[in-house]
Amino acid sequence: MSERLTRADVVHVARLARLTLGDAEVQSFTLELADILAHAHDVASLDTAGVVPTAHPLPLVNVLRADVIRPGVDRTEVLAMAPWAEDDRFRVPKILGETT
Amino acid sequence: MALKNGWELVVGLEVHCELATNTKIFCSCANQFGDEPNTNICPVCLGLPGSLPVLNHMAVEFAMRIGSALHCRVEPSIFHRKNYFYPDMPKDYQVSQNDEPINVDGYLELPDGFRVGIERAHMEEDTGKTQHMGSSGRIHGANYSLVDYNRAGVPLVEIVSRPDIRTAEQAKAYVAELRSILVATGASNGKMEEGSLRVDANVSVRQPGHEYGTRCEIKNLNSLRSLTRAIEYEANRQIDLREAGERIVQETRHWNEEDGRTSSMRSKEEAMDYRYFPEPDLVPIAPSAEWVAAVRDALPLMPADRRRLLSEATGGELAPGSDPIVTIVDQGLDALVLGAVAHGGDGRRAVNRVANEVVTAEQGARLNIAGFAALLVMEAQAKLTSTQAKAVLVEMMETQASDPAAIATARGFQAMDSGVAETLVDELIAAHPAEFERLRAGDTKVAGFFVGAAMKASGGKADGKLVTGLLRQRAGL
Ligand SMILES: [Zn+2]
Repeated sequence: MSERLTRADVVHVARLARLTLGDAEVQSFTLELADILAHAHDVASLDTAGVVPTAHPLPLVNVLRADVIRPGVDRTEVLAMAPWAEDDRFRVPKILGETT
Repeated sequence: MALKNGWELVVGLEVHCELATNTKIFCSCANQFGDEPNTNICPVCLGLPGSLPVLNHMAVEFAMRIGSALHCRVEPSIFHRKNYFYPDMPKDYQVSQNDEPINVDGYLELPDGFRVGIERAHMEEDTGKTQHMGSSGRIHGANYSLVDYNRAGVPLVEIVSRPDIRTAEQAKAYVAELRSILVATGASNGKMEEGSLRVDANVSVRQPGHEYGTRCEIKNLNSLRSLTRAIEYEANRQIDLREAGERIVQETRHWNEEDGRTSSMRSKEEAMDYRYFPEPDLVPIAPSAEWVAAVRDALPLMPADRRRLLSEATGGELAPGSDPIVTIVDQGLDALVLGAVAHGGDGRRAVNRVANEVVTAEQGARLNIAGFAALLVMEAQAKLTSTQAKAVLVEMMETQASDPAAIATARGFQAMDSGVAETLVDELIAAHPAEFERLRAGDTKVAGFFVGAAMKASGGKADGKLVTGLLRQRAGL
């Protein structure tokens, strides 16, 4: 990761995150992200042979819940908060692309 | 089915299995198919700000059972966020396991002994259900969609095979066997028609010995029939392109059952970039060696083991992959066969009677095991003919009676003495000289006529095999 971050990279990442950035923002984020990546590069250059990878900052594993049903939220109340609902379901704009 | 012009099919399958837990994977909403839309939802599975997921113990347990049953290593694992913008996940990401899945590197053995490698079997959450509304009802041209989040957050295990499958029939056998295994572990209800099991197929073709060709991923395979049809269609599509000198584009394709075709699904604006990163709201899963061992030891016998036991019960006369044995295990009737053998019945005869006459689990439940064994013994000792034994068996299942000897006596069944059979055969030959001449001339189909006549004359007591033997002897065949 020694290559310099470009404006095109920032535009690409912004599009993946559905963010609309103005020219000035693209300019400033290009510099800020480059600094962050430079720092990551510094860290990556350290010799970590023999260091166990950190999977999570908390020293916990297997935090589990019993498989017991609890009531959720009321449909009417939730659908009333949605911008658009129909037929007891959330109504969303038409979608192109992948079905699941 | 072999492909044309020496092309070889290469298939890997991804099977999504909904786990039979009470609740969803990260929240306590009910995991229930078929409920009213949006009645099993909460802040966690709706992705509301501030809500936090907590992993379901039973989902982990089921995932470990599946891994153990598929001979995988169960490893420490973590969850990732798979980021994408699609309204079936209100969070705009799906929690899945990426590079550190819970189960790795196993295999599934088909009834014929062929092993398909399992690359991984990882945990993830299911998405909500979208319905596309508008003029065509199809995804293109839809004006809007309606979303039901009852399914969002239902626990899944995705089982990814290695590209070891070489025919459409093998793909079908793999899914059927995997389904049986998943049901045996208790992790799945196996209902493909309810979407509990969903199959995607990665299909490519190559000339044998060459590198793998470019693959396409086929989605919307809702039945074993769709699976085989789609693989065969897709293989031929790719062969035609290759033979015309064109390139295969790696892409996701949608199977259309009505047209019998696959079609490209995704607009090419941007390759999918899911930007996986570790899910900060969930800590790692690190099952202890004791937990892994306890899960493995508690697994019931898998279908492959059960087929092996049945084969052994026939003294190896029938192979574990033979049709009667596969049928019996599919129907869960192996306990009946093994029970009858334990009561002194002959294994081969038990397997054939169960596969041909009992057939279904419902019928098997009506049959007394000791009585069934006694019937097999009577038949083996030639106290009943094959036809008589079948009739007694049918009555035992109809009336749930346990004493075959009593039924045989009530029906007046006694195997015909061979002297009586000889007399009967000679009488029939005398009564039907023209038919007997045809038999002598080598028209062996006429034997069936004589057997039928012998059955009629004896009220079903004649042994068909004995009559046929006597006829052939008389005819000098
Ligand atoms: Zn929920």
